[in-house]
Amino acid sequence: MTINQKSEGKKLTLQIEGRIDTKTAPELEACIHESLAGVEELVIDLAETVYISSAGLRVLLIAQKQMNKQGEMAVINVNDDLMEIFEVTGFSDILTII
Amino acid sequence: MKELDIEALTDNLDQVLSFVDEQLEAADCSMKIQMQIDLAVEEIFVNIAHYAYNPETGPATVRVEVKPDGSVVTITFIDHGIPYDPLAKEDPDVTLGSKDRSIGGLGIFLVKKTMDDIHYEYINGSNILTIQKKL
Repeated sequence: MTINQKSEGKKLTLQIEGRIDTKTAPELEACIHESLAGVEELVIDLAETVYISSAGLRVLLIAQKQMNKQGEMAVINVNDDLMEIFEVTGFSDILTII
Repeated sequence: MKELDIEALTDNLDQVLSFVDEQLEAADCSMKIQMQIDLAVEEIFVNIAHYAYNPETGPATVRVEVKPDGSVVTITFIDHGIPYDPLAKEDPDVTLGSKDRSIGGLGIFLVKKTMDDIHYEYINGSNILTIQKKL
């Protein structure tokens, strides 16, 4: 997994490439903890994400809970396979998927 | 039928996934189904790695069997740790909003939702969890 960060004022975009699984999710969680200070708009771009497990879903929920307190979060470029996982788990209702 | 004996450690997850994917690719499994099976394998193997022998570690066996006509794959996970039926756990409420959702607890639920069949037995000191998916 590779995380590309793009910061524009109070907007932060995290573009995630590869797999968000048990082994890589802690790195994403650490990145979110470290970079959300002062962010009012968080965009998670999953265009290059090929796989997400419950460990990854857990981190998205942590990010969403944090952004509920300080602004907004959107998840973009979700492919059909990931969308199915979001739907099964009810995450399609929790997250703002554009 | 192919079998992998491996120490139940999260660090061995990649090796388990490679082993399973190899069998699925040989069976011309679609990417979508492979992703769903990988997800199930990860959730189950990580569960075993975290809980079966906690705080020690121990062996696990992963067995992959594709029906000769290529229509169904059966994957069996065996460990000799504490008896634990993951199917006995209540499903999380997936209708709750982010404020009320607890972090975690989705793993086995995802397995139940994406596999066609899941079955647990405890026999002679072994936890045996079997999943089935139509290819």
